[in-house]
Amino acid sequence: MANITITINGKKVEVPQGSTILDAANKLNIHIPTLCYCPDVGCGVANKPASCRLCLVEATGIRGPRKILAPACATPVAPNMEVWTNSARAMKARRTVLELLLSDHPQNCLTCAKNQECELQKLAAEFGIREISYQGERNSYPVDESAAIMRDLSKCVMCRRCETVCNKVQTVGALTGNGRGFPAKVGTASMIPLADSSCTFCGQCVNVCPVGAIVGVSYTKKVMAAIHDPKKTVVVQTAPAVRVAIGQEFGFKPGEPVTGKLVAALRMLGFDKVFDTDFSADLTIMEEGNELVGRVKKYLELTKAGKSAADAQKEAHLPILTSCCPGWINFLEHHFPDLLDIPSSCKSPQQMFGAVAKSYYAEKIGVKPEDLIVVSVMPCQAKKYEAARPEFAPGGVKDVDYVITTRELVRLLREAGINLANRDDEDYDSPLGESTGAGVIFGVTGGVLEAALRSVYTMLNDGKNLSGDAINFRAVRGLDGVKEAKVEVAPGLAVNVAVCSGLGNARKVLDMVRADRTRFQAIEIMACPGGCINGGGQPYIKGDRAETLQRRMEGIYAEDAGKPIRLSHENPDIKKLYAEYLGQPGSEKAHHLLHTVYHENKRD
Amino acid sequence: MSDTNTTAPEGNGTACCGCKKFSSAAEAKFAELDAFIETLGLDPADERRRGRLIQILHRAQHIFGYLPREVQQHVAEKMAIPESAVSGVVSFYNYFTTKPKGKHVINVCLGTACYVKGSEGVLRELERVLGIEADTNPTPDGLFSLGSLRCVGACGLAPVMLVDDKVYGKITPAAAVKVVNEIKAKEAQA
Ligand code: SF4
Ligand code: SF4
Ligand code: SF4
Ligand code: FES
Ligand code: FES
Repeated sequence: MANITITINGKKVEVPQGSTILDAANKLNIHIPTLCYCPDVGCGVANKPASCRLCLVEATGIRGPRKILAPACATPVAPNMEVWTNSARAMKARRTVLELLLSDHPQNCLTCAKNQECELQKLAAEFGIREISYQGERNSYPVDESAAIMRDLSKCVMCRRCETVCNKVQTVGALTGNGRGFPAKVGTASMIPLADSSCTFCGQCVNVCPVGAIVGVSYTKKVMAAIHDPKKTVVVQTAPAVRVAIGQEFGFKPGEPVTGKLVAALRMLGFDKVFDTDFSADLTIMEEGNELVGRVKKYLELTKAGKSAADAQKEAHLPILTSCCPGWINFLEHHFPDLLDIPSSCKSPQQMFGAVAKSYYAEKIGVKPEDLIVVSVMPCQAKKYEAARPEFAPGGVKDVDYVITTRELVRLLREAGINLANRDDEDYDSPLGESTGAGVIFGVTGGVLEAALRSVYTMLNDGKNLSGDAINFRAVRGLDGVKEAKVEVAPGLAVNVAVCSGLGNARKVLDMVRADRTRFQAIEIMACPGGCINGGGQPYIKGDRAETLQRRMEGIYAEDAGKPIRLSHENPDIKKLYAEYLGQPGSEKAHHLLHTVYHENKRD
Repeated sequence: MSDTNTTAPEGNGTACCGCKKFSSAAEAKFAELDAFIETLGLDPADERRRGRLIQILHRAQHIFGYLPREVQQHVAEKMAIPESAVSGVVSFYNYFTTKPKGKHVINVCLGTACYVKGSEGVLRELERVLGIEADTNPTPDGLFSLGSLRCVGACGLAPVMLVDDKVYGKITPAAAVKVVNEIKAKEAQA
């Protein structure tokens, strides 16, 4: 493609044809404010409605030699274009735009969940706004609150990033522009509550909203109240992806694992025991691996008996779909009711942990389940919705009492004056804190399948473990949205697997399954692009999304590589759990505690 | 404009697609709409089907008189698109309405020129006389619905009232009431 040279503030710069003025300015390290524009809301999809007009610059060469104001984010460069980002007219125009935006904004930053993380607030600081010259009508809408996500549209700046991620990346289509003109707003169909819509609670909209219009619902107060209640024993589990994301908020490099410091900080915060969701991830592999092996064996029997591959796949419920991600399960229950029989029946690791804690562990320490409080620290919004599902509260006692996100934990630690950087590494408690490298890779797309393959290999090869580099299934790693591979799981037995992350990619893969039932035998699906490292509760990514995710992924695999045990079925505490309590994978007790059923959910 | 619950069309049901019961009159309307959608031959795998949405909604409003949520859900299902995509379009165009309309539609302009010349007083007086709030449901007898508009492009005549397709310029509250009474009288004769 041809290059084009333009001049910005007197400096020449050459950029490829099709670039915008903003791209060219970035190349010169000239800062132009933006608000609605987001280069990557997920899977590399840009949000570019050019609606906010905060990036106005003065330029010639758009409509002839006349100087006009143009949005830098959406105006393509043209030969011999000349641009002024800081002319009097450009600066005045941007200030007017910002003041108008602020005039229809609640301006209650002090009590806003996005205080100090808000892009509008940052712009107001950058512009040195000291008073707002315009007083006018303000939009006001009722706040919509669910178990996981809260929307306050009076703070919405109509950037439509949420709509883009929900429709273009996730293909859920829960959000849309409603109405037009001044009262226009982004919301659900007919402005019904999010909980009644087709929303999956993936939280990707939360991650990209520049202001406090869409935020997670906070459970930090309830957690602290439980911790401070002397009658309660309070245990916490930490999801795999938390340890590679939380560090950035305490001055560590993005993606740097801070597992030991996280444990130390949680202990100092007051939890009685600090456990690990990686433990129940290992447990998931025991159950899911067992299911996969069972289905594959059934398939082999059926084809041996003369069934066609397609019929055998159907009857053996193949391909098996992973079920660790509640965002994905919500999507399945809503959009793919015809496939409800093929996901693994395993509960997510979060819920397995809760179920085991409130039975096995509670018995072990002699505490009544209702006096044992289970808190989860999750990268995720959907886990809040999941923990609130009635099927996960046997006898009215929730398996997981409270879910807080990585972001909420950061806030709690700040409030309690605990700086991760100043803590020495500590170890998880026993017995629900012991985990393997297979458990930790659940945090990234491809990890669940890789962990399962590692154990399935042993199950299919008379107890012989993978050794050396064969333990690394590199074909299913990486941040690509859809990965396909053929994997030999036993001599002469290869299975076709797929890994996808982001619900739009899940839709693609499931459409493949609908078209050809024999194409895959196992599929891993994560709702968030890249998996839980990009969950809707992770620290906000400032700067390059793909780059940060890459670092978090590397952090996860580094943790795996550093673990003495990297096979779930070799986890000594998992072995003990089966020996003392559950019996065998797939036993009646295991089914009762660790498995679930899915329902069609025709919300709108 | 089109916030939340609207009433189901002539029926006690709350959903589309035959899963809940509608009165046979409503059923016939859904059947008519389906027959129309059928003629379009939409391909659920073809993104271009979305281009037909406005046409379908147009027909649906013609059939039902308005577009309550049940009708929107039905269209979404038939077109295999999210309900939000339908609702977004319905709420965007003034032409579409989610509330049933009266036989006669009265609109008062609240644009700047009309507002300055006192159109709000006209609107309030009509609300009082008709016993309904503007931009909500029609009068219980179904004869009138009352709405407000932003500038209709006749500022020279401000304040402006529209009744069905007729424009009344330089309207006063009393004159507006007179127009209403005339229509009422005519309807009583008919
Ligand atoms: S949480 Fe996910 S599915 Fe729900 S509205 Fe946001 S992006 Fe859409
Ligand atoms: S809710 Fe947030 S992301 Fe969505 S349009 Fe409003 S400001 Fe943008
Ligand atoms: S990918 Fe992970 S963070 Fe995202 S919804 Fe699923 S479980 Fe939650
Ligand atoms: S950032 Fe360019 S118009 Fe919003
Ligand atoms: S303001 Fe009423 S017609 Fe223009």
